[in-house]
Amino acid sequence: MFQSVFEGFESFLFVPNTTSRSGVHIHDSIDSKRTMTVVIVALLPALLFGMYNVGYQHYLAIGELARTSFWSIFLFGFLATLPKIVVSYVVGLGIEFTAAQLRHHEIQEGFLVSGMLIPMIVPVDTPLWMIAVATAFAVIFAKEVFGGTGMNIFNIALVTRAFLFFAYPSKMSGDEVFVRTGDTFGLGAGQLVEGFSGATPLGQAATHSGGGALQLTDILGNPLSLHDMFLGFIPGSIGETSTLAILIGAVILLATGIASWRVMLSVFAGGIVMSLICNWCANPDIYPAAQLSPIEQICLGGFAFAAVFMATDPVTGARTNTGKYIFGFLVGVLAILIRVFNSGYPEGAMLAVLLMNAFAPLIDYFVVEANIRHRLKRAKNLTK
Amino acid sequence: MGVRFYQEPKKNCNFATNFIFYINMNHVVKIKKGLDIQLQGAPALQISNSKESQLYAIIPDDFTGMTPKVEVKAGDKVQAGSPIMHDKSLTRVVVTSPVSGEIVAVERGERRKVMKITIKPDAEQQAIDFGKASVDSMTSDELKELLLKSGMFAFIKQRPYDIIANPDTTPRDIFVTAFDSAPLAPSYAFVLKEELPYLETGLKALAKLTPGKVYVGVSKKEPIAVKNGETVVFDGPHPAGNVGVQINHIAPINKGEIVWTINALDLLFIGRLLEKGHVDYSRLVAVTGSEVSNPHYVRTCAGASIASITDGLVKQAAYDRRYISGNVLTGVNAGADGFLGARQSQVTVIPEGNDCNEFMGWASLNPNKYSMSHSYFSWLRGKKRRYAIDARVRGGERAIIMSDEYDRVFPMDIYPEYLIKAILAFDIDKMENLGIYEVAPEDFALCEFVDTSKLELQQIVRNGLDRLMKEMN
Repeated sequence: MFQSVFEGFESFLFVPNTTSRSGVHIHDSIDSKRTMTVVIVALLPALLFGMYNVGYQHYLAIGELARTSFWSIFLFGFLATLPKIVVSYVVGLGIEFTAAQLRHHEIQEGFLVSGMLIPMIVPVDTPLWMIAVATAFAVIFAKEVFGGTGMNIFNIALVTRAFLFFAYPSKMSGDEVFVRTGDTFGLGAGQLVEGFSGATPLGQAATHSGGGALQLTDILGNPLSLHDMFLGFIPGSIGETSTLAILIGAVILLATGIASWRVMLSVFAGGIVMSLICNWCANPDIYPAAQLSPIEQICLGGFAFAAVFMATDPVTGARTNTGKYIFGFLVGVLAILIRVFNSGYPEGAMLAVLLMNAFAPLIDYFVVEANIRHRLKRAKNLTK
Repeated sequence: MGVRFYQEPKKNCNFATNFIFYINMNHVVKIKKGLDIQLQGAPALQISNSKESQLYAIIPDDFTGMTPKVEVKAGDKVQAGSPIMHDKSLTRVVVTSPVSGEIVAVERGERRKVMKITIKPDAEQQAIDFGKASVDSMTSDELKELLLKSGMFAFIKQRPYDIIANPDTTPRDIFVTAFDSAPLAPSYAFVLKEELPYLETGLKALAKLTPGKVYVGVSKKEPIAVKNGETVVFDGPHPAGNVGVQINHIAPINKGEIVWTINALDLLFIGRLLEKGHVDYSRLVAVTGSEVSNPHYVRTCAGASIASITDGLVKQAAYDRRYISGNVLTGVNAGADGFLGARQSQVTVIPEGNDCNEFMGWASLNPNKYSMSHSYFSWLRGKKRRYAIDARVRGGERAIIMSDEYDRVFPMDIYPEYLIKAILAFDIDKMENLGIYEVAPEDFALCEFVDTSKLELQQIVRNGLDRLMKEMN
């Protein structure tokens, strides 16, 4: 009865010893489990730093940072994050197992990555039931109805995030959700220090009014240095704050060849170009986020995370090499465009990737069409 | 697109100089995409004679596209060159016996499909005399007739569809590949060393069959200089030796065009027939693979038993082995009791691997696990190291997930992934537009090897070509 599930676990623990029946007699060692494992390994630096930063922001908010040990800070973040990971995996894999059983095929590994991405792109105070509902929605309606891993049009993790964002906006943005001010399982209880504000740097930029220079601050109101933004000691979604940790992940993905350097490079290129255009052309009194330098734009919010882990999803991105440059560049441009010109959405990276997911097949269509036209022309020249 | 190369070999000029001229002029088609799989068991440049084969076989599946009508029955006496079967619709295309002897059996499988016809060889070999022929004085029809009745014509393939050529058509050009870049493949320069005159006669004959050109694809690493035909030098990893890749870089096939292709080692058969007046199916076969104790070349004959070829060469072991007639990418799993395929000049023996149950193998950091991707660590050990790879699939079948995987080993002006998807959807217009007429299953062999999703791409392409052919004719 539970044959798929049984086989799923068996092939999970053992490399199947089935040998090739037709075609090539030898196969490359790589399979989709390996691919997904590499992505998860690449996510670990950002995840571990994210856990530490959750604790860091919390103890900063209650003014006890100096008195708390590194491990206590990490433990706080770990305990705050772990339930989200568990909920995301249990809900998502539960649906995957059921779908595999219904369709009588092997369990597909795609959700191993999505399930890790989901807790990393939500604010720390997102209620668990919301994560459960959003994950279920995304896995069923953005993936299984399309046929499972490899068939989906939109990135599953981002659909989850978008669902949360539009269904429960008050819990997904604003000043209240990005820093945990309460305790976690009784750990780290304390009074907030005076002058605390949980607004993320991009939130501050979006709500900056009255013109004048934009000064980003940390949650206690001290000015933020570029150094802090790069290392990630800023409030934000759990795994997205540290550009450094994300870049370590990027190195792993690029060295192993799992992610496309074409996409990654062009997202950053697009972001930088659009930031410069905003610096030069946009009126900073109306669009305060236009004042941010390209480096700040990349270090803040989910831009780097989207560039490295979201845009590079091979299933939902462009699949031709030429298409990848265009796809990546437009993701970068759109992310900054939304960020700067629509203060309703302080973070544009998520929407930019989702939007370009929809356009990726169109980009590929034109790239492939060029090859087709070139073939037809060749045939026509011949008959002349 | 690579550089096109048309250089009529100069008359009265020695070939070595000619070749240096080619290289200096940069008239080399450089293939960048592809992969040389680092397998153990490349053949040493030595030759031994194989043990006498007790039985020979003709396997109709070796002649893709042929619907066999068997002309003999068990007990019939045949000579080398006697017709054994012909194609149901192209009745002039016959396959002839490689040896003289007695038909042992016509073995049939499901739905009475002819699996093989086995022949017990005579101690004293006799061959049908077709008469020595001078290609120069023959008309193209006379030549074609001779090739047809001697069974030589069945070795010529056509594209589109990668099937036996139709003698009633006239090909635009004929392409001969004179090197094999597949893993552990025999060195054509070595095999052809003594037999170049036969190859040249064969090329001269091919020139009579087409109003176009006869192109000879040779490798830069081991160039072969031949008198007839237009030599094109290719440089790069496998699949540079695939004739499909060569066609795509020299003069791609357009819709409605037909080209013929033949392997240089098969063309030898034609050359020998014309020079000697009888068929001579002898072959120098490379016995290769990690399970072979002394990989080298063995002198034998098309259709000989694998056992006679590999006799005494396979390592002692308790586990199962896979005996492949051909190379690891496109060969046939013949089994230890099988036979050398009609078009094969290589036998590969590798471990079957069905006894391995690797615990959490996908998490392995073992640098002995070979992969083109850098997600395993074999790449850290360099290009020189050789690996013993068994026949396991190493993963479950999935939908296509990774992009740019096929493209990296597919050096043609075609989008392989889109073509595969068009074939799966059987969208004829799209298949045509994306270049279905230019490809053969073998062109997708490396894609199949590197595929994370473990799809049977060669089978998909073969089925697509078969279905398309039915629709179009």
